[in-house]
Amino acid sequence: MQTKEKVLEVRDLSVGFVSHGKKVNVIRNVTMDVYQGETLAIVGESGSGKSVFTKTFTGMLDANGYISGGSILFHGEDLTKKTKHEQWKGIRGKRISTIFQDPMTSLNPLLTIGYQIAEVLMLHHGMNMKEAKEEAVKLLEKVRIPDPRGRMNDYPFQYSGGMRQRVVIAIALACRPEILICDEPTTALDVTVQSQILELIKELQREYKWTTIFITHDLGVVANVADRIAVMYGGQIVEYGTAEDIFYTPQHPYTWALLSSLPQLGTKNEPLTYIKGNPPSFVNEIIGDAFAIRNDYAMRIDHVQDPPMFKISDTHYAKTWLLDPRAPKVEKPKIIQNLRERMKQAAVELKREVGE
Amino acid sequence: MKNLFKSIQKAVIGDHSHEKAGLLDVIPTIENGYDPIVSFKNVQIGYKRGNVERVIIQGLNLDIMRGEIFGLVGESGSGKTTVGRSLIRVTNVSKGEILYNGVRISGKISRTLSREVKKKIQMIFQDPSASLNDRANVDYIVSEGLRAFHLYEDETDRLEKVEEMMRRVGLRPEHLKRYPHEFSGGQRQRIGIARSMIIKPELIVADEPISALDVSIRAQVLNLIKEFQKESSLTVLFIAHDLSVVKYISDRIGVIYNGKIVELASAERLFEVPLHPYTKSLLSAVPIPDPRVEKVKKVVVYHPQMHQYTHDDEPQLYEVEPGHFVRANSAELAAYKEIVRQGGNK
Repeated sequence: MQTKEKVLEVRDLSVGFVSHGKKVNVIRNVTMDVYQGETLAIVGESGSGKSVFTKTFTGMLDANGYISGGSILFHGEDLTKKTKHEQWKGIRGKRISTIFQDPMTSLNPLLTIGYQIAEVLMLHHGMNMKEAKEEAVKLLEKVRIPDPRGRMNDYPFQYSGGMRQRVVIAIALACRPEILICDEPTTALDVTVQSQILELIKELQREYKWTTIFITHDLGVVANVADRIAVMYGGQIVEYGTAEDIFYTPQHPYTWALLSSLPQLGTKNEPLTYIKGNPPSFVNEIIGDAFAIRNDYAMRIDHVQDPPMFKISDTHYAKTWLLDPRAPKVEKPKIIQNLRERMKQAAVELKREVGE
Repeated sequence: MKNLFKSIQKAVIGDHSHEKAGLLDVIPTIENGYDPIVSFKNVQIGYKRGNVERVIIQGLNLDIMRGEIFGLVGESGSGKTTVGRSLIRVTNVSKGEILYNGVRISGKISRTLSREVKKKIQMIFQDPSASLNDRANVDYIVSEGLRAFHLYEDETDRLEKVEEMMRRVGLRPEHLKRYPHEFSGGQRQRIGIARSMIIKPELIVADEPISALDVSIRAQVLNLIKEFQKESSLTVLFIAHDLSVVKYISDRIGVIYNGKIVELASAERLFEVPLHPYTKSLLSAVPIPDPRVEKVKKVVVYHPQMHQYTHDDEPQLYEVEPGHFVRANSAELAAYKEIVRQGGNK
């Protein structure tokens, strides 16, 4: 990953929304690089701004949202400068595609599956209907829809949830995107189907060599897919690093809290730990660290001043005052201290092999 | 078993004694500590379209013990929700019967009995935003059960009970005047729990109560359900698709596939010695928050054709060890018994 080419360079990005005549800042000075061919997972609770953040890459902010500062460089082109619909042509959907959470709402219920895939091929690759339909069958085969030719003329309601998500992936695939944004693609699905869809995305990524940006609220899911993980809270990235950095040596109290609330790591007959309170509302200006009020480890400075990003290693950064040399040494919560053992135990209980 | 015994003792001596005995009240007959609160006896449930019935649940035999949390796991379309709905009499049973404390509550029953069923069995739904009335404030939503069953003496008593319950689920009494849309998903789910718990039911059917919630909030709701179960000897039928969640909360787990229970065991045993290939497939899909484990994970896909069942050797639910049932034909049963004898498969 060291000398990899950057496909996206986000610098100091801020996004605001106008709500009830008031401006609220939802993304606050986010800086992030995305490298060619990697899978970056963005993890956070509802309302952390993770979806809004990635919507700026395709210019899909809601009508009352606007970019209030910073830049997003995509192959040297600043995406924040694009305002008109025409300027996005050739990028949105084609070079940067998105898969959304609910496959029922992202497919048109009145059109056949075959037509919806063919439509994309005709638009982006200039095929005629016949060619496009042939190609669509191949794509359905790629995403492992059984009997693709027979199911071309079916409507979305005749497909199950997992199959619909496969169709959406096929549509994204049709454009050969450079970046695929997966916005909670498996949240509405069963665990068994979820693992199959994740496996499919991973396989196709290996073949087509795109970059995946994976958005989720479930840290348990990303262990499987992510090369790097960025944890978002209150419109900021509070910690990022490789998957191993985040899972094995998490530094930010929010990441600790997210990890320790996973039921997979819970012990029977002991209450699960959870994060108190609610995510910040952006209506009032946030002073200091946004997580401070819910943070058991908050110091006085957390309520006054926003912490900078501290470097832990070449790949691992976290935004908490605990990493300041002047901060007192704190004992991590017990569940984080023996996180490795708990993970191992969970793996042993499920009879999984442990990799090197 | 000890736990079960305790809870029954409490039920007999405890707060039930002063109440007027209803049709569904417990007549304690404890034989070998076996005390089911609900029994499904050869239950078949189907949905009719015209004259054709599509069978969803077939030949279901299941006992849910008093005071336990029973986890029912399966994928969408497996019929797990239908089982829960048949308990609260939303879905009709076409064959067999459901017994509650030994009294039949399926099919045609008297109005008094139907009312009692509603009082004893309550439900917690998956989607907290769809299951709460948008136009009613929290006070109304939570006290609806109290009103329906006249469980309060006067207005002050009612308010006291509602406020007590609000505190119990971690909400503030000030919240009573607010409307559901003013709450976050986790808070709404807690309102849903308060609404069900306030009339002190004996059995809760929790249908995927945490699937629609953020992971950070799931823990709160799970803790809450567990607390209620411990304190008020509540029985819970916990329906979910994710084995990792069910394992944490359940005493016993039933795995359902295509309308049939394929494996049933204590939570520990099901994880120690999973026998049925479908259970193994579910276990293999559980995400573990450890990149080194996850990156070498192999998901086992279950194909029902793999069984090669023939007509003269139909599969049945067999008990392979005490309390551990698995659906198998005679050849499979022998193999499963061998696995159990060797102390689990590696």
